[in-house]
Amino acid sequence: MTTETERKLRTSPEIGGMGHSVKRKEDPRFIRGKGQYIEDVNLPGQLWLDIVRSPYAHATIKSIDATEALKIPGVAAVVTGKDLEGYKLHWMPTLAGDMQMVLPVDTVMYQSQEVAAVIATSRYAAADGVAAVLVDYEPLPVIVDPHKALESDAFVLRPDRAPDKQNNHIWHWESGDRAAADAALAAADVTVEQDIYIPRIHVASIETCGCVADWDPVRQQLTLHMTSQAPHAIRTVLALVAGGAGLPIYEQNIRVVTHDIGGGFGGKVPVYPGYVLAVAASFLTGKPVKWIEDRSENLQADSFARDYHIHAELGATKEGKITGLKVKTIADHGYSDAAADPSKFPAGLFNVITGSYDFPDAFVEVDGVYTNKPPGGVAYRCSFRVTEAVHAIERMVDILAHDIGKDPAQLRMENFIQPEQFPYKTPTGWSYDSGNYPAALQKAMDTIDYAGLRREQAEKRARGELMGIGICSFTEIVGAGPSHDFDIIGLKMNDGVFIRVHPTGKVHAQISSQTQGQGHETTYAQIIAEELGFPVQDIKIEYGDTDKAPYGLGTYGSRSTPTSGAAASMASRKILAKSRTLAAHLLEASEEDLEWEPGKFSVKGSPDRFKTIQEIAFAAYTNFPQGMEMGLEAVDYYDPPNLTFPFGSYICVVDIDKGTGRVHIRRFVAIDDCGNIINPMIVDGQIHGGLNMGLAPALYEEITYDELGNNMAGTFMDYLIPTAVESPAWEVGKTTTPSPHHPIGAKGVGESATVGAPPAIANAVVDALWHLGVRNIDIPITPQKVWAILHEKGIS
Amino acid sequence: MTTQHITVSVNGEAHEADVEPRLLLVHFLRDDLGLTGTHVGCDTSNCGACTIHVDGVSAKSCTMLAVQADGRELKTIEGMASEPTLHPLQQAFWDQHGLQCGFCTPGMIMQAAWLLAENPDPDEAEIREGISGNLCRCTGYVNIVKAIQQAAGELSAAESAPVVAAGTVDGQEVSAEPAAAG
Repeated sequence: MTTETERKLRTSPEIGGMGHSVKRKEDPRFIRGKGQYIEDVNLPGQLWLDIVRSPYAHATIKSIDATEALKIPGVAAVVTGKDLEGYKLHWMPTLAGDMQMVLPVDTVMYQSQEVAAVIATSRYAAADGVAAVLVDYEPLPVIVDPHKALESDAFVLRPDRAPDKQNNHIWHWESGDRAAADAALAAADVTVEQDIYIPRIHVASIETCGCVADWDPVRQQLTLHMTSQAPHAIRTVLALVAGGAGLPIYEQNIRVVTHDIGGGFGGKVPVYPGYVLAVAASFLTGKPVKWIEDRSENLQADSFARDYHIHAELGATKEGKITGLKVKTIADHGYSDAAADPSKFPAGLFNVITGSYDFPDAFVEVDGVYTNKPPGGVAYRCSFRVTEAVHAIERMVDILAHDIGKDPAQLRMENFIQPEQFPYKTPTGWSYDSGNYPAALQKAMDTIDYAGLRREQAEKRARGELMGIGICSFTEIVGAGPSHDFDIIGLKMNDGVFIRVHPTGKVHAQISSQTQGQGHETTYAQIIAEELGFPVQDIKIEYGDTDKAPYGLGTYGSRSTPTSGAAASMASRKILAKSRTLAAHLLEASEEDLEWEPGKFSVKGSPDRFKTIQEIAFAAYTNFPQGMEMGLEAVDYYDPPNLTFPFGSYICVVDIDKGTGRVHIRRFVAIDDCGNIINPMIVDGQIHGGLNMGLAPALYEEITYDELGNNMAGTFMDYLIPTAVESPAWEVGKTTTPSPHHPIGAKGVGESATVGAPPAIANAVVDALWHLGVRNIDIPITPQKVWAILHEKGIS
Repeated sequence: MTTQHITVSVNGEAHEADVEPRLLLVHFLRDDLGLTGTHVGCDTSNCGACTIHVDGVSAKSCTMLAVQADGRELKTIEGMASEPTLHPLQQAFWDQHGLQCGFCTPGMIMQAAWLLAENPDPDEAEIREGISGNLCRCTGYVNIVKAIQQAAGELSAAESAPVVAAGTVDGQEVSAEPAAAG
């Protein structure tokens, strides 16, 4: 590609800075089974907590009888909502500013909601206790469908809300210009209109959630070992909740420790009742209390993702130039809005829905609604609601192309924002920092032989075979975010890094972002190696202990590299500035006469007169100029000037079995542009994993409810995570368009593929069936759905 | 509480214990023996994070009772190699970036070891089928397949002699020399 600007390596393999595929420093403990996950944390004298859960989606609790449970050997206590009410701990705030029950006092709101907690001396005794707690319920009517929740005669799910909010409508949010979008659609030669449902799914990290809460009544110290993607924010939330309840647990005495985390994907951002119950139980008993949820609890009660009912209208000229977009969406949040979106963005960054295309007018509105389902609205390995937005625009563009008889690749090429238009202001207010969309799509088309595939498809169609080719050219929006717009419960979404260089030239850095498998122990070391020239193996990276690491909002929404990755660079540069002064002192030269290359300063024109960074580090403790502070360390909190906008083009080829309706992905080419790359091996791994988590909701995963509100996908028997057999051999490639505002030109990559894969797959399936009159199939595209269509059309 | 006496060999070491008949084998390994490399990821035998070897055969230790292991020989991830050596599969998972969060990794390695014992030269489809009882949420399986292919090559070239870990750990150079016998 002429447009591809591969970044030159600045460091040797021994230093291992940016661009080197350094093997991961964290792996030796994992491959030996020596990782320390939450369930591996055991403290002396610890108790176990297990949870009684509701079999009903909506019911009045008439009584809770713990008599038999308390007779079981080892059962120490049974805690109910009434007990917590005495401490004002029966409700807690969500990160979205709503309220959520820790335990209900009188009413349960969804099937599998927490009803009581049993504390016992072993996990088996706790489980016995749960089975023995008798709860008398009186079932109440249930609302599962968010559209029904909005009807005027619907009962009010949340009577606890303010008198002017006695309905099931949570919030309305809109973006863009309604009148301009209406006018554009009215004036359009062609309009396409489509309902698109993005189903409720669950991140289902292979490790579930859990904690060990350890209240030390003598030291008045709470240590909370937990699975959290945002430990610092959690510490502050705990301090606020404790303060509100009048408990003597203050923030300087709260320590959150995360250890190793077995996958997060957004599901380990929220505070779940189990964490709060364990803290309360430890406070009451003065002993450590451990809570580890089962998979069925995880799938049935933890925060879900998606559940967006989208109606979209797209207008265009008869040649296919897009002129306007209008989108109306109902967001089903369950009984409480427990999303983890930035405060100003209750529908996340959904208004990135204009995608990769240049058109003037758009309007998008979203209404949040309560139903009798678990609370939530977290991500599923995607930046705030970006997957929903990308799915909608990429489906709509494909429908438009098919409607006017234009090749979907050609239509995209003719509508792309062009490279020279960046920075590009979108009609919903974002300023895209950089991009080269035609280059990525062209590279994908060349890699997969797009023209050849279209010829093959025509031949196969003539023979009656079903083959489809689907494209997705997505634009992501990640790295939240700039402090003028981005906060969660008031906390600005900035992140920090603290770097300390020891006298012997070894480096210890603490970072505020968390790793749940991303490989930060390696990639952050590479950023520092790039900036300062220390070998990556001499740099230790730590995180996940709020007593040690600087403050920050954590890891989700692909924000680590854009925020604390940038902070690692900026802190390094502060160290470099002091190193220059030290080098000038050691070399008896002026700072202006020094030249830097990663690892050493030399005197201009005298390359043999130099000091290595290790010599400079030693001097920082042993031989520094009068008046200079000892030591070599720096901290930086990075406030990004803008978000970053990774993009890519994916092409998927499917063959459909006419007999069974099964969709087989024959090839899938993913061309990603995440700016400058820190570790190519890790970036490819992130994309592979993201593609699988795009495949999953496209073809397999969905959490559905029956009319009584029963979760129909509450175990891995029913909730289908793709195995190696279902997963294609992904083909990945890159273009490189550096972010102009990020210190190292990086953009973030962990979620691009989750965002980009589902529409490519859905577009491929619809492409295979369009000639039969199929315009849209909602994901997951199961064999049952496809077979029903083929059967109806007389094909199967 | 009724208990039952069991004798099991785990990673070559004999253990005796009095256990409740309902105690799951995975809890015995983790909670009683402290072998926390074997993980629990589901409650329906789908995820395979708890995979170990029982008398040389791959088994999901969340779906066995500890009493069913009486008299058997068990091997867990901790028994695959002793430091500083790595089993060729462990080395290959590291080399090929076959893990991210690491939670499924011990089970995946144990399953792969059994797969290669049954079929020393599997093709890609056989590898994918062979690990289809083990779920990974992070990697998309691409690099896991590559890792198993690498290990298959090395194992068939050098039988199952463990190799010393190649690479560096926290600044310490470690070589890839074959381990001393034993």
